[in-house]
Amino acid sequence: MADKVIYAMYDDDDVLKDGAKSLVSKGVKVSEVFSPFPIHGIDPIIGVKNTRLGIMAFIYGLTGLTLATVGMQYFMIIDWPMNIGGKPNFTYLENILAFIPITFEFTVLCAAHGMAITYLLRNKTLPGMPADNPDPRTTDDKFVMELRTSENANFSADELTKMVKDTGIVEIDEKVI
Amino acid sequence: MEFKIANKAKTLTTVLMIVGVVFTIIGVALNVGGHHFGTRFLVSSLANSYFFFLLGLGALFFLALNYATESGWYASIKRVIEGVAGWLPWGIAFMILVLIAISAMDGAHIYIWMDSAYTTEGSAHYDPIIDGKSAYLNLLFFWIRTLVYMAIYYLFWIGFRKRSLEEDKVGGTELHFKNYRRGALFLVFFAVFSSTSAWDWIMSIDVHWFSTLFGWYTFSGMWVSTMVVLILLIIHLKKHGYLPRVNENHIHDLGKWTFAISFLWSYLWFSQFMLIWYANIPEETTYFINRIENFQILYFTMFVINFAFPMLILMSRDAKRNTGILTFVGLIILAGHWVDAYLMVAGGSLGANACIGFVEIGMAILLAGLFIRVVLTNLTKAPLTPVNHPFLDESIHHEF
Repeated sequence: MADKVIYAMYDDDDVLKDGAKSLVSKGVKVSEVFSPFPIHGIDPIIGVKNTRLGIMAFIYGLTGLTLATVGMQYFMIIDWPMNIGGKPNFTYLENILAFIPITFEFTVLCAAHGMAITYLLRNKTLPGMPADNPDPRTTDDKFVMELRTSENANFSADELTKMVKDTGIVEIDEKVI
Repeated sequence: MEFKIANKAKTLTTVLMIVGVVFTIIGVALNVGGHHFGTRFLVSSLANSYFFFLLGLGALFFLALNYATESGWYASIKRVIEGVAGWLPWGIAFMILVLIAISAMDGAHIYIWMDSAYTTEGSAHYDPIIDGKSAYLNLLFFWIRTLVYMAIYYLFWIGFRKRSLEEDKVGGTELHFKNYRRGALFLVFFAVFSSTSAWDWIMSIDVHWFSTLFGWYTFSGMWVSTMVVLILLIIHLKKHGYLPRVNENHIHDLGKWTFAISFLWSYLWFSQFMLIWYANIPEETTYFINRIENFQILYFTMFVINFAFPMLILMSRDAKRNTGILTFVGLIILAGHWVDAYLMVAGGSLGANACIGFVEIGMAILLAGLFIRVVLTNLTKAPLTPVNHPFLDESIHHEF
């Protein structure tokens, strides 16, 4: 069976949110929402699971922390002990204050870059990747809600279109995949 | 909805005040006549008045900050912030009383620069470093500054409160924009005075020592303590069925403030400590040598608690929305910041003779009881939700 995709366009995020709420309450599954900015509170309405990016951030941060500690221990203590300001240069622990800023910065660096790259990879939005949003205007001032007939077995395409039209849309578009 | 103080809260605050007075009297009776007792009593008074004064000042600052940034989310908790800021006249009164007592005793070994023995050439105690600072640190100029700070804080508070109550009656945006301008003006004053007042009242105790970072350090300690007090108060009010429009998103926001400002405080504490440790210049290290020699365990435990507790426990989103966890962490870091304030005052004045006993705890309990009572009384004086705040609707729908 051909999968029919309905794209409903809104010009206000609150209207879209209310629309999604009423559709979901009728048992419709909203498969995706495209928006130029994050819409607060849309995730629980359309049933998006909590992001796991935070767990990855922790792991990346831990990696940075370990790398920085091991690196500095080797550079500054083992390989070539340097006497800076008369501070003890033969133990890491007694000198730990001097190493904390770098440890902190490297932790942040690894966590931030790791998160950014993971995010781009996971969303398939690395630079150069083809865009998969249905309408370029969703990067400007329009909001699009996507419904798929394959995910809404209880409704026909016409029923879905009719319900969507009641939610304050400004445009509607259909596509068969 | 009008707020009424429950009888239980009335009894509790009265009991707290009585216990505080009894503890203080026991402390005085046990130690009176001791060699350092006069100084110890005033150190305890100053540290406690300062800590509680800062809670009111922090609320005033937070109010001004939200006006100046035109925040929307805070509208439904605005009256709670005002309730805490309403402690300010009391805080000012206690600060001025203690400062008068200290000035009357030539500094009472707390502000030793007030004692002319240190600044008179030829005297046995003559100290050229203190004498060199006497153009700034002298009794007259100190009092002029103190009174100017207090007067400006007080006037801003009176103005904010008056316009807030008027807004309830007339509505419109004219008062809102006036508050916006006044809030911005307050921040400009506060940017300078939060530092200089911390130098005058606290840093001048360690009179040989100086740190340009000190003002921000005390300021961030003040801010985080205020946020904790606001959280505890809002949780208490919600538990008793008030503030129906404050939802877990508002609590989450306050939790995020506590989390973030705890980091700011730790960052500033560490920056001050690390730079001084690294440079290792005798005139700078005195402050920490004093703390390490006399309060090593207390001082570093205080830092670890104030840093690690909010970081590890409040990191996750769910923890910041859980009232039990917030109350637990809040009470602990509030105690931590009280110890911080105490050590700031006691370290440079009493040094090895300092100890936290009946007098110190008693005064803290006494002021805590009075503080809670005053704040709750302030809450009864106005509707708990500012009905005509232009962002009230945004605050009610606040979610993320």
